[in-house]
Amino acid sequence: MSYEELLTELSLANERFVVMTAENRALIRNLPQLLGKRFIDTGITEQTMIGAAAGLALRNRVPVVHALASFLSMRAFEFIRTDAGIPSLPIKLSAFIPGLLSDANGPTHQAIEDVSIMRGIPNMTVFAPADEDDMVKMMPAIWASPKPAYTRINTRKTSYVHAPFEPGKAEVIERGTDVTILTYGLLFEQALIATEILKSEGLLVGLINMRSLKPVDEQAILNSVDQSELIVTLEDHFLTGGLYTIVAEVLLKHQKTARVLPFALNEKWFKPALLPAVIEHEGFSGKQVAEAILGYQTSHIQPEILKPQFAE
Amino acid sequence: MQNNIRDNKELEAIALNVREHIIKMSTDGGCFTGASLSAVDMIVYLYAEFLNLHKDNLTDPERDYLFLSKGHDVPALYGTFAELGLIEKERLANHLSINDHIYWHPNTHIPGIEFHSGSLGHLPSVAIGVAMDIKIRGGANKVICIMGDGELNEGSCWEAVLVANAYKLDNLIFVIDRNKFQANMATEDLIPLEPLHNKFTAFGAAVSRIDGHDFNELRRAFEKYPFAEGKLNVVIADTIRGKGLPSIQARADRWFCNFSAGEVEQLLQELHGEHTTQLTSETLVVR
Repeated sequence: MSYEELLTELSLANERFVVMTAENRALIRNLPQLLGKRFIDTGITEQTMIGAAAGLALRNRVPVVHALASFLSMRAFEFIRTDAGIPSLPIKLSAFIPGLLSDANGPTHQAIEDVSIMRGIPNMTVFAPADEDDMVKMMPAIWASPKPAYTRINTRKTSYVHAPFEPGKAEVIERGTDVTILTYGLLFEQALIATEILKSEGLLVGLINMRSLKPVDEQAILNSVDQSELIVTLEDHFLTGGLYTIVAEVLLKHQKTARVLPFALNEKWFKPALLPAVIEHEGFSGKQVAEAILGYQTSHIQPEILKPQFAE
Repeated sequence: MQNNIRDNKELEAIALNVREHIIKMSTDGGCFTGASLSAVDMIVYLYAEFLNLHKDNLTDPERDYLFLSKGHDVPALYGTFAELGLIEKERLANHLSINDHIYWHPNTHIPGIEFHSGSLGHLPSVAIGVAMDIKIRGGANKVICIMGDGELNEGSCWEAVLVANAYKLDNLIFVIDRNKFQANMATEDLIPLEPLHNKFTAFGAAVSRIDGHDFNELRRAFEKYPFAEGKLNVVIADTIRGKGLPSIQARADRWFCNFSAGEVEQLLQELHGEHTTQLTSETLVVR
């Protein structure tokens, strides 16, 4: 099932759903005909779209709004914080091409501080599915919640079949005593590859798909720290404010220390190109991550990284 | 029960009382006195006569909506609510108290306030969302958003007019409190707005420009609602900052006021035409 199929099914079944976009229709091409007046495209106006979503929510609607992640999270930031956050309205933000998924667009389109700024808003919840299967399993609960939500949309297909989603819970893929990789979003696929390489090099490896960054599954992080010698955070986000920071906050809160190796964008935007080259260039491929953890080169072969479908 | 007063003498009496409330809030921390006094008459007219909105239907989905986007003039709203029974008059004495919610900007702890404001340029789009939902449901409710003229500097106001035009929201009325001043100076000296009527017309709205202190003109404008089928309604209400108090009227430096108790007593007399006040309290320009 795709995002669009899921949204179609749920919004046809529930009159409260209103689907909105700031002229970003890539995910929802068929919905205008199906929803009629419950499909609202405000044009290239992220601020007005969020304000209008608040007005619709005041009238008991659940607006599911779509825009490119960078413009949604930053152009409209104050509207999200003030008009969705303060009254805690159930406005559902679907952020398209977040993180590395903006591949060749350039730094204007790079939403790599979105987790940081969105989780800083009281009442806001923040999610990052690992792939399309994960997303389709997560969205029904996200949309059913009474809270505002920001989701990093991720339509990439992987071969992994995810467990059912429990709000506030991470998905524990594997447990291991040597190293545990914590990740979210599209780099989950690379983390899976890294896990296999590390295992074949003889390490006992854990892997956790965080799924929900706010609220975060503190217990999953604490268990990893208790069980593993080394914690790795892997994320397509600035080092500041994302998963690495979340782990630090959780450890400090529970008065724990750990060895943590972060993979993130440290005080820089990434070099724009098509996604496979970007992942390699930033050192985020599964093979590169595994070798950085091992401290030596291996003869393992990095599986091909698929290009994204065309994104408007 | 609709208020629906339709009697100028009665509206004038309410407005006079609201102005008294505003003056009494202009001390012990103060408030945006000048900006509140310019909006009193339009707010009194809308709640007392025009809108289907009163103390007994505040949660009725069929009610009319009023959004105060120019949030710093909320003393005019508090005063009107006290006069029309939405809140108790005694509660106004809690202005700026830590034990209540009667502070410098609107918030939904106060019955009758539909949405919080304070950051300019937000509520035009929130009002659009409400008007859109009413259109989807085929409702007859009216939606009003009051904006300041200085607020029109914000690009989001004009974005909202574009979208309201695109969606033919003729159930939505943007009311501009055109008191000719923004925070520190005359609008035309900083970011000129005129010809304002033409700007809105060019954006596709049906526009009416009136004296915002004249109940006959207010009635004549609003009773034409909807002004034109499929068009956003805009009322440009020409007003005077500080209206009712000659000693502060139309002055750039009397936006936010924090008067002494003695000045408040004199200003209350001045409001009733008894004399003018010699103000000695510090002039607060920027807040």
